[in-house]
Amino acid sequence: MIHNPIYLDHASTTPVDRRVVRKMTPYFADAYGNPSGLYGHSREAKKAIDQSRKTIASFLGSKTEEIIFTSGGTESDNLAILGVARAIGRGHIITSKIEHSAVLNSCRQLEKEGFTVTYLDVDKEGTVKLDQLEKSLKKDTILVSIMYANNEIGTIEPIEKISRIIKSFRSKNKTATPYFHTDACQATLYLDMNIKSLGVDLLTFNGSKIYALKGVGVLYIKEGVKIAPILFGGEQEGGLRPGTENVPYIVAVAEALNIIKKHNFSIELKMRDFLINNLLKIEHSHLNGSRKNRLPNNVNITFDGIEGEAAILYLDKMGVELSTGSACMSQSLKPSHVITALGCSDEAAHSSLRISLGRDNNYSQMKKVVDVISETVVKLRKMSAVYEK
Amino acid sequence: MKNKFDVKDTGGDGWVYSAKVEDHFFHPRNVMNDKLKENDFDAFGEVGSPACGDVMKIWIKVKNDKIIDLKWKTFGCASAIAATSILSEMAIGKSLNEAYKITAEDIVRELGGLPKRKIHCSILGDQALRAAIDSWRLN
Repeated sequence: MIHNPIYLDHASTTPVDRRVVRKMTPYFADAYGNPSGLYGHSREAKKAIDQSRKTIASFLGSKTEEIIFTSGGTESDNLAILGVARAIGRGHIITSKIEHSAVLNSCRQLEKEGFTVTYLDVDKEGTVKLDQLEKSLKKDTILVSIMYANNEIGTIEPIEKISRIIKSFRSKNKTATPYFHTDACQATLYLDMNIKSLGVDLLTFNGSKIYALKGVGVLYIKEGVKIAPILFGGEQEGGLRPGTENVPYIVAVAEALNIIKKHNFSIELKMRDFLINNLLKIEHSHLNGSRKNRLPNNVNITFDGIEGEAAILYLDKMGVELSTGSACMSQSLKPSHVITALGCSDEAAHSSLRISLGRDNNYSQMKKVVDVISETVVKLRKMSAVYEK
Repeated sequence: MKNKFDVKDTGGDGWVYSAKVEDHFFHPRNVMNDKLKENDFDAFGEVGSPACGDVMKIWIKVKNDKIIDLKWKTFGCASAIAATSILSEMAIGKSLNEAYKITAEDIVRELGGLPKRKIHCSILGDQALRAAIDSWRLN
């Protein structure tokens, strides 16, 4: 076992920033009160939540009342989609084929409940087709849910353009709907998160991708947008999300956002381009996603003739940790729905590797990563039954 | 297939697969290499499709009804690679009739078990071997 592996799977989850750990620690064993109480311990906890909510609201440019805490990105996506749909009761939803499963499976659930769903295609770079969106908008469309940036291929979706299309549809038809939700889990670290410039009505992000914690999420819900809760209990979060607030985790999210504001990711961007340029020198390799419109930390490349899971295990052995779109990695044994939505074959999905960089990575690691991946690709191609030079 | 597999679901252990799988995956035996020529062999068999993520090719050399050499190539995950590797060791030295009888179950048992969801997709090796033997018999 190599004890210091190079971690390149930040899109899956990030480590917790040590500054975040310091900030949240008092809320475990000291300021542990239930924020709903009236005494000192509770007031302290309540104050921490209020302060965190302010920080988060200011990060998004929203009002504090528009911020709801949840248990993670999956719950925020579920609450946004199921919540909006069930509050209205019937209608049509538009999403894309490359959404995270938390969005796709919420939509599939709604289909079972009698709603109709359009799954938009993407072009070969993974960008949602705007003309198809325009044609799909109908009078009974209640919600559009399009991700801000894709978790597998890093493609950044044209959120502002989408919101303009939706707004002009609304004003033409004199309706308040469809609402626009975006899953911004992968975007929070790098992209403009101001809800006014984005023009969204609901926005999801979570702790596990931003150097805070797994198990905490945020949902921004614009004032006036009605949603039905998906959990039932106490009156926390305006009754939209019952359950005692997870104080230290909420504090962690706020602190993580403070750090994001100060963080300069130009090094991640340079390392990304170094990897793309050098890995594409390996013969029969293809970049998945857009070269330009891409998250600063994402690299996703198909190496013909190798199978992703086998590659991951070889790389792990050599101290490099990353991920693949291969079916063999997934419990369902289905290849990545994102890569196949680009128009690539199942085979190309099986042979794809995803690198997602983080703050702790450095240049000297990148040189090793290129060497180790090249070596692995050669090794696996030598025994591959489908690779011909 | 029936539940007769000696399946050990090794998920949750230190490594995702058994030590035997790990060994054969990282040190595969009898891989076909560039220096060998396909027509040095007496028969060839192939199964699988790249779309489902597993393709296996097997070449055999036969003398006096015995498999005296076997080489393979596999496109697939760790268990697929390890399965073909261990099959090559199991088949070499066996008579064609004996080798023909090697089942997926035998391979899984020899590997010390596979995670349940991997059994179906990775054990194509026995079929590839039978395809090679069939093709030898036809010629």
